[in-house]
Amino acid sequence: MANPVVKLISRIGAPFTDALLKLGFAARFFVAVLRHSPIALLRFSLTMREIWFAGVLSVLIIGVSGLFVGMVLALQGYDTLVRFGASSSLGILVALSLVRELGPVVGALLFASRAGSAITAEIGLMKATEQLSAMEMMAVNPIARVVAPRFWGGVISMPLLAAMFSAMGIIGGYLVGVQLLGLDSGSFWSQMQASVDLRFDVINGVIKSVFFGIAVSLIAVFEGYDAPPTAEGVSGATTRTVVTSALVILGLDVLLTAFMFRGV
Amino acid sequence: MSDHAVVELDRVRFAYGEADVLRDVSFTVRRGQITAIMGGSGSGKTTLLRLIGGQLQASAGHVRVDGEDVGSLGETALYRLRRKLGMLFQFGALFTDLSVFENVAFPLRERTGLPESIIRDLVLMKLQAVGLRGAAQLMPSELSGGMARRVALARAIALDPLLMLYDEPFTGLDPISLSVTGKLIRELNDALGGASIIVTHDVAESLAIVDQVVFLADGVIVAQGSPDEVRASDHPFVRQFINGETDGPVPFHKPAVPFGVELGLEGARG
Amino acid sequence: MKRGLIDFWVGLFVMAGVAALLFLAFKVSSSSTLVASDTYTLSANFENIGGLKARAPIKSSGVVIGRVTGITFDPKTYMAKVSFAIDKRYQFSRDTSASILTSGLLGEQYIGLEPGADDRMLEDGGRITITSSAVVLEQLISRFLFSKAQEGGSSGASEPASNHALEK
Repeated sequence: MANPVVKLISRIGAPFTDALLKLGFAARFFVAVLRHSPIALLRFSLTMREIWFAGVLSVLIIGVSGLFVGMVLALQGYDTLVRFGASSSLGILVALSLVRELGPVVGALLFASRAGSAITAEIGLMKATEQLSAMEMMAVNPIARVVAPRFWGGVISMPLLAAMFSAMGIIGGYLVGVQLLGLDSGSFWSQMQASVDLRFDVINGVIKSVFFGIAVSLIAVFEGYDAPPTAEGVSGATTRTVVTSALVILGLDVLLTAFMFRGV
Repeated sequence: MSDHAVVELDRVRFAYGEADVLRDVSFTVRRGQITAIMGGSGSGKTTLLRLIGGQLQASAGHVRVDGEDVGSLGETALYRLRRKLGMLFQFGALFTDLSVFENVAFPLRERTGLPESIIRDLVLMKLQAVGLRGAAQLMPSELSGGMARRVALARAIALDPLLMLYDEPFTGLDPISLSVTGKLIRELNDALGGASIIVTHDVAESLAIVDQVVFLADGVIVAQGSPDEVRASDHPFVRQFINGETDGPVPFHKPAVPFGVELGLEGARG
Repeated sequence: MKRGLIDFWVGLFVMAGVAALLFLAFKVSSSSTLVASDTYTLSANFENIGGLKARAPIKSSGVVIGRVTGITFDPKTYMAKVSFAIDKRYQFSRDTSASILTSGLLGEQYIGLEPGADDRMLEDGGRITITSSAVVLEQLISRFLFSKAQEGGSSGASEPASNHALEK
């Protein structure tokens, strides 16, 4: 390793090797989680508790954010549409933006920072305080007892939260468009309904949120399980959950959008 | 069957990457015996416990628990073997989201299909054994360190294990909790009729209760014997350890360049 | 947190989520993509489809009766082949004409069907032969300017803006 050229190339290669190793470990972890899922889903009260933590406790932030995003969309959209005399299309703009993109994407980003980071911190602390080791020594597999319920709690909660985000956003758009800016309520809803397609727009949006739910939940449980068992380790893992989730959500969104809305 | 070997280590070697943590470690723990594994920090004591519990696998040699080779077991067989083990972690490792009662009930609920009324009786019995029946409804955050460790002990013995493993059970306890814990370990071992292994560096407390002592230094066994033999030993490492001398075979200074050189004095002179 | 209370809140949460989904399904959107079994497919060739896209509506008398399912380019005739699904309830005669129209000045493009007088009806996989292409704004303007320039000299009538390929 004395050769400086070899050293330099090795230094460039090291992060890639590390990333690849981590990715491989994450994939094996995912398989392990799936393999131990039947137990977690059969004892549904375990998953129930995680839906409470990941889902119910996120409702407030998701609902309020959705309402605000819908209101801003309506205000900004109206400003542009009114120049073309197309202000009656405001409902279409708000609904399509939310149902196709903002609901799943912003919903998932909020979910990652609210619930994902909490899951990582919880599992990381359980590891740091040897609770996971203790469980293993009691012949209880922590992946089945701790990880899988949290994973499924997240996967089940995410699409519901994204739908709530979109619904609240559309209500926000209605409040601004109809109540504040004085658009006609009938044409707001009927134009929206005529242009938003159930299968193409709504269901594709739900499919997106399912993918995001799987991605964020997996990242959250993996980072927690993989966290170095120290205070810095857990805080670093929590940060990584939020950052990695955001990148994966946005990257996955490009792929899914290209796949779903291609050629339209 | 009184001298039936519960744990048998046969020329065990364990390495993290290149560095050997344990080398050529062999000893046997029989039924009814309490064995203390002593050594300084970083001597491989906790690694040894993890090898016995199957959380790590030996690089060479065999670890046999109740006649089964731990390293060769598949996941299912390993989990079956662990039902015969109880482990007390250094800081208790209680589940922080469950009450004391639920913590002790956890292994019973997970590993047995017993009805609720029997689980309740068993939990209260185990808590009674560690003297904390009155704390059943408290949360772990409301307990002192010593109490938390006793609750963890009640949890570890919930399934009446054949082999109890203790990781530093005496660390950070006040003198009263210390002797209470020591007494509990001895009583439980005799009541359960199994064997116990204690990893510790608390010499006085452990010499009082154990039947066998294994001294580890830098991953090898340097001395081994009954407490009396150990007390009488003139092995320099054992002497230093028991008497708590600052310098000896284990040097006070970690090897480093001469102090003068590091301060730049040698360089200035030369 | 007591077990029963968790169940209650999770139940409420799931109900709210499902309510949001139903709201999106019934109040916000409509199922305009017809179920495949209730439709039959027709096709038509156009010289120019303008900005027509897949999933654009098919209208007759202004009522949506189907959707464009696919647009391909035919390398033999150099025409665009548009296929579309029509609701089975509506039958069209074989001399029906199809034209690409625009809703409003800048709105989306759709195909308008004008029924003919033939007794025989188009069947699944049938082809509409009487088509009229999309109006391309640039062509319209250049033609208008061209005819204005010519107006002074001859009184030559300009070509029709659209091409009616009348075939029997």
